Amino acid sequence: MSSNKKYWKSVEELENGSIVEALRNNEFVEAIPTDEFLGNNDAMSSSSTSRRDFLKYVGFSTAAATLAACEGPVNKSIPYVLQPEQIIPGVADYYATSVFDGFDFANLLIKTREGRPIKVDNNTVAGAKFAANARIHASILSLYDNMRLKAPKVGGKDSTWSAVDSKLKASIADAKVKGGQVVLLTNTLASPSTEKLIADFIAATPNSKHVVYDAVSSSEALDAFEAVYGERALVDYDFSKASLIVSVGADFLGDWQGGGYDSGYAKGRIPHNGKMSRHFQLEANMTLSGAAADKRLAMSTADQKQALVYIYNVVTGSAVSVNLDPKFKTEVTKAAQQLKAAGTTGVLVSGIQDKNAQLLVIAINQALVSQAYSTAGARQIRKGSNEKVAQLIADMKAGSVHTLIMSGVNPVYTLADSVSFTDGLKKVTTSVAMSLKEDETALLATVAAPVPHYLESWGDLMLTKGTYSLTQPTIRPLFDTKQLQDVLMSLNGLTGTYYDYLRASSASFIAGSSWNKVVHDGVYVTDSSVLNGSADYTAAATALAKSKKLDNLELVLYTKTGLGDGQQANNPWLQEFPDPITRVSWDNYLTVSNADAKELGITNEIVANGGLNGSYATITTKDGLKLENVPVIVQPGQAVGTVGLALGYGRKAALKEEMQVGLNAYALYKGFNDVQSVVIEKSSGEHEFACVQGQKTLMGRGDIIKETTLEIFNTKDAKVWNEVPMVSLDHAEVEATKVDLWESFDRSVGHHFNLSIDLNACTGCGACVIACHAENNVPVVGKAEVRRSRDMHWLRIDRYYSSESTFEGDNEKKEKLDGLDLGGFIMGDEETTGSLGGFRKMEQASDNPQVSFQPVMCQHCNHAPCETVCPVAATSHSRQGQNHMAYNRCVGTRYCANNCPYKVRRFNWFLYNKNSEFDYHMNDDLGRMVLNPDVNVRSRGVMEKCSMCIQMTQATILNAKREGREVIEGEFQTACSNACSTGAMTFGDINVKESPIAKLVADDRMYHLLEHVGTKPNVIYHVKVRNT
Amino acid sequence: MSHIYDSSIRKPLVIGDKTYHDVTVDVAAPVEGKANKHWWIVFSIALTALLWGLGCIVYTVSTGIGTWGLNKTVGWAWDITNFVWWVGIGHAGTLISAVLLLFRQRWRMAINRSAEAMTIFSVIQAGLFPIIHMGRPWLAYWVLPIPNQFGSLWVNFNSPLLWDVFAISTYLSVSLVFWWTGLLPDFAMLRDRAITPFNKRIYSILSFGWSGRAKDWQRFEEVSLVLAGLATPLVLSVHTIVSMDFATSVIPGWHTTIFPPYFVAGAVFSGFAMVNTLLIIMRKVSNLEAYITLQHIELMNIVIMITGSIVGVAYITELFIAWYSGVEYEQYAFLNRATGPYWWAYWSMMTCNVFSPQFMWFKKLRTSIMFSFIISIVVNIGMWFERFVIIVTSLHRDYLPSSWTMFSPTFVDIGIFIGTIGFFFVLFLLYARTFPVIAQAEVKTILKATGDNFIRERAANKDKHHE
Repeated sequence: MSSNKKYWKSVEELENGSIVEALRNNEFVEAIPTDEFLGNNDAMSSSSTSRRDFLKYVGFSTAAATLAACEGPVNKSIPYVLQPEQIIPGVADYYATSVFDGFDFANLLIKTREGRPIKVDNNTVAGAKFAANARIHASILSLYDNMRLKAPKVGGKDSTWSAVDSKLKASIADAKVKGGQVVLLTNTLASPSTEKLIADFIAATPNSKHVVYDAVSSSEALDAFEAVYGERALVDYDFSKASLIVSVGADFLGDWQGGGYDSGYAKGRIPHNGKMSRHFQLEANMTLSGAAADKRLAMSTADQKQALVYIYNVVTGSAVSVNLDPKFKTEVTKAAQQLKAAGTTGVLVSGIQDKNAQLLVIAINQALVSQAYSTAGARQIRKGSNEKVAQLIADMKAGSVHTLIMSGVNPVYTLADSVSFTDGLKKVTTSVAMSLKEDETALLATVAAPVPHYLESWGDLMLTKGTYSLTQPTIRPLFDTKQLQDVLMSLNGLTGTYYDYLRASSASFIAGSSWNKVVHDGVYVTDSSVLNGSADYTAAATALAKSKKLDNLELVLYTKTGLGDGQQANNPWLQEFPDPITRVSWDNYLTVSNADAKELGITNEIVANGGLNGSYATITTKDGLKLENVPVIVQPGQAVGTVGLALGYGRKAALKEEMQVGLNAYALYKGFNDVQSVVIEKSSGEHEFACVQGQKTLMGRGDIIKETTLEIFNTKDAKVWNEVPMVSLDHAEVEATKVDLWESFDRSVGHHFNLSIDLNACTGCGACVIACHAENNVPVVGKAEVRRSRDMHWLRIDRYYSSESTFEGDNEKKEKLDGLDLGGFIMGDEETTGSLGGFRKMEQASDNPQVSFQPVMCQHCNHAPCETVCPVAATSHSRQGQNHMAYNRCVGTRYCANNCPYKVRRFNWFLYNKNSEFDYHMNDDLGRMVLNPDVNVRSRGVMEKCSMCIQMTQATILNAKREGREVIEGEFQTACSNACSTGAMTFGDINVKESPIAKLVADDRMYHLLEHVGTKPNVIYHVKVRNT
Repeated sequence: MSHIYDSSIRKPLVIGDKTYHDVTVDVAAPVEGKANKHWWIVFSIALTALLWGLGCIVYTVSTGIGTWGLNKTVGWAWDITNFVWWVGIGHAGTLISAVLLLFRQRWRMAINRSAEAMTIFSVIQAGLFPIIHMGRPWLAYWVLPIPNQFGSLWVNFNSPLLWDVFAISTYLSVSLVFWWTGLLPDFAMLRDRAITPFNKRIYSILSFGWSGRAKDWQRFEEVSLVLAGLATPLVLSVHTIVSMDFATSVIPGWHTTIFPPYFVAGAVFSGFAMVNTLLIIMRKVSNLEAYITLQHIELMNIVIMITGSIVGVAYITELFIAWYSGVEYEQYAFLNRATGPYWWAYWSMMTCNVFSPQFMWFKKLRTSIMFSFIISIVVNIGMWFERFVIIVTSLHRDYLPSSWTMFSPTFVDIGIFIGTIGFFFVLFLLYARTFPVIAQAEVKTILKATGDNFIRERAANKDKHHE
């Protein structure tokens, strides 16, 4: 039905139609009549434009053109042509996955933004028991490593996968004809489907075999387990069930037998109902476990062997003759007797690489019927056999290996006898190195075949018996890569993709669940039965007791928290990660005890710019292997007569020049033995370390790390062991925390965030440091800048040694200092009780010190000293308790950093992104893909610091708001609290009275760092309790 | 104008047989004559230093503060040390011209012009550092409370750094106006003597049309007095505020209530030393020994001795209070100053600032030109170390031992400092050749009263009268 109604758009249209009409006609102006103007020659010639006018026009148009050229930088952003259904720009997606790279393993949750994985988080579903360590957190950056092998290479020339496939097939056929061996050399895979593919391949290929090679071997422990229980696996200890832990040379908080024990351990370390576990550590190098121990004995591996036999005697009542050094007798006896008394709640672990020693571990735990020691759910993460690898090298040298397929290994770098391997490799007709990088082995192999990163791959894992984990890709492969499984399928003549194969083969492991559910959860748990077995332990004990002390110094090789076995040596986050113990980044080094250093004339000193310098040494092993110019760190707690050196450094292939640091200690890892007899000589020159903490001790400042013993904690009032400094107010003594210059805001409305750090649970593992790096786009500044004390870590883990044998001793000593005693100071009197000499002495760490870790980030003070001093108000406080930093407003006076009592503010001394002077991930397009789009990348000249992950808390609030609900308990997290697998860090809203954080704030153990300054921080610490 | 006759035991302030015309000629001589070889050599050196410093500044601004030796723990070092040092030096000029004016100290007249020039030139050097020490100096105007389009953003009035902005800018402007007011009659004198039209034009602009009428003189006297009144509190306030940069912080070694008086005394101390350094040379080079006499130098030496002792008492008070407070962090900060890794800086400071001025108790030494010159240099080295000690040794080891580190300057730190010294001397040397370096109009007012020849004449007449 048509209507006759007329509508006006405005009153003007109704009243005065002509104006509207005119405007409407003029809406699109006609073309400028340039032709009419320029074409009219008469008009032009009679124009009155003078030379001056002409110059004015020229000047104006030049200026206009110049101004028009001043454009901002062009940022290319490509919109989705087809919007993917699941991806909403600005909203993160999470995918559960699992990783095992032959060394590290974890159950993960990967955060992706717009299809880019940007962050590794821990998978927290039930059954996902392995949290990410620092290296796994950093592995997200290795995905975007620009030095990855991007396409296959045959004979060093770029090639294609079809060429590689046909070459491989031809070679295997040729091997069949010639009767040569076909060998598959891989890392431990722990993947049922892959193992099935390999088994099929071996079955189908005559004269073929599969050799498993772990770069850092646990072969002896596997051999012992096999001898007792009949299969190659490792015990998965549950330290949370232990009340007494004795570790004989096992750094179980580090990388011992794969690591991942810290969360269970930390559970038992938090005093609960007056109880916590007690931990004895007998070790040579200072390790994370030794740092956490209640009692640490610094002893060489030879002494440890005797101690182990001794403990075996005590626990089992045997009488194997033992030759324990008398100076250790009392302490070892104490440990052994307490272990025996602890019974089923005791546990003993050992890292001694000796089958007999590992047999004794089993014997002792069996005798104790230890609850922490369970053969059910044994670890499958190490399978390597030293003998088989040795056999392979012999075969290769003999020329009997025709085709060698290597995957996940880099033997040219990691084998001590890499020369033999290289020689053998030359005799292999076709060698294929399947690798992420064109590493040392890939460079020598005939075919270098790129494999995808785990974040680009499918896979399944059986990390422990009874847990089935899936690996799922979180991004389409960035490069022309192929998984080992795809290659095997092609060799086995299977069609389809590995995804189909995996899905089919997973069915038998996930009975009772569905594929989709397991992909979603990332892990599926079934039961696992307890194993039983026994062996001749007495013979093992007797044999072990007969082992001799080494003639020379004992070199104990270890892996560092940062680089591990060295796979991720091109990862700048890990290179810049300061070692939790030495706090040195960008290096490996020889750790030497103070006594040995003195004898060898080796020194460490802080030079004028605050950098640490150390002597060089030459290491010569008994077999004549030599490592020259090894920088030396004098390490408190290093057992006299032993030296330590980390594996994983000194790589050169496929590494940026900045990352080619350190020395390859695998060269000394002869016979897969982590203990070598060596001679150390000082050599000339000084090494410039990049150490982030020059001052090693706490200087008797017991109020920074408050600690007490379990006995005092249980029996005394909190005021005794958690002393609050007193100040005078109106002539009365009051607690410093109660005195306030300012009026406080009302913080009871809305959220009020606090972060709690339990010093009892923190093992110093550093996962939080890397997680913070990843979440907050913290720049990498490189070795030279770290050396100049310009590290950018927003979160650091301070490590202190005691100067006396305990921190309590330091405090007492400081209290007793009396007068200045200038004479004693000048004369260098070590025993002076004067302040001058006393404090100087206190700067030196004890030879076997107590160790404390303290994570420190911005304390988000409610009365922040930084906020009052900023002239432009770039840093200010929020109602929610966060101390904000407005980067755009900062003019960079650094006054705030100076006035920060915690020294947590970090200044952008240079431009750290898109700057070839800092050629790390932020200098290439691929590396920048890891950046978190929710956090801006800071420019040069501005201050930055921990924001308490405000982008995360705000996102949580917004999500809840959008969904019309309240924030769920535990939903507020920061990157560090998420990464902390020990439960040391808890984050939350203290205005929710029943929340864990509110309880932690009210806890007796709670204190603020430097409370007497009156800053009223929103980060709290919990007094460290030692069970000595 | 009636002449105030001095007591006969006072020494003459102008020596030699000087008439009014002689004063005019002597003061105008350096301006009207040609520069000698020495001037050119010194000027070239200063200019080279200035250009070198400029290069270092350009490098800093284009590359980043990372070119300096600072680090996460020591966020200020040479930059703020130099800032405080130059501000401190400036204080003597204002003290001499304003405070001594109010106290009717007539010996100031020969030296106040140059002392004030020194003030202005050193405040210019000082003002450089707060700007270039910023990470983003191109945004330095953000510290000014000017209306802006950043929303409701305003400066932070709690910040002592902001107080600095006001203090320094007020100081510079008041000093400049005061200086220029005094210069008017003298510029007019140069204008009137000028022979080239160019010089005449320039000096007539600079003299703001000074006519020499009685009204001009009356207003001149009034304005001088008013400005002196305004400038006097600035002598105290500027360095007080600078000291609050430290005093209001929470860092042991900075958080000290004694800082304001201690800083002001130190500023006067270093300022007088710098005046001595400059004038001892200038009186020789510009033939002004008749006006800037040994007595002037001696008087300034006495001020140096007194303020040096005040500073010494302040140092000792700091140590005492650290011990008496019972605060371990405070105690350690001072133990560390004296015996830690920077002990050499502390003891350099102590030697230069506390011990060296004590020599001035001896008349023979304080009236020795050479010795005065050496001490004036030593004092300024000491005062530079004082600021270095306060800033660097407090920061490098504060609360948490984990953050303790060291500081060592780079060539850029050193280059910028040398550059400001060059800049200062470039300005001062140009000033010495183009400005009337002595307030001749004022000196003429006391010539009859304190001129050597007039005193002698008076004494002779007095004798005659009695006879």
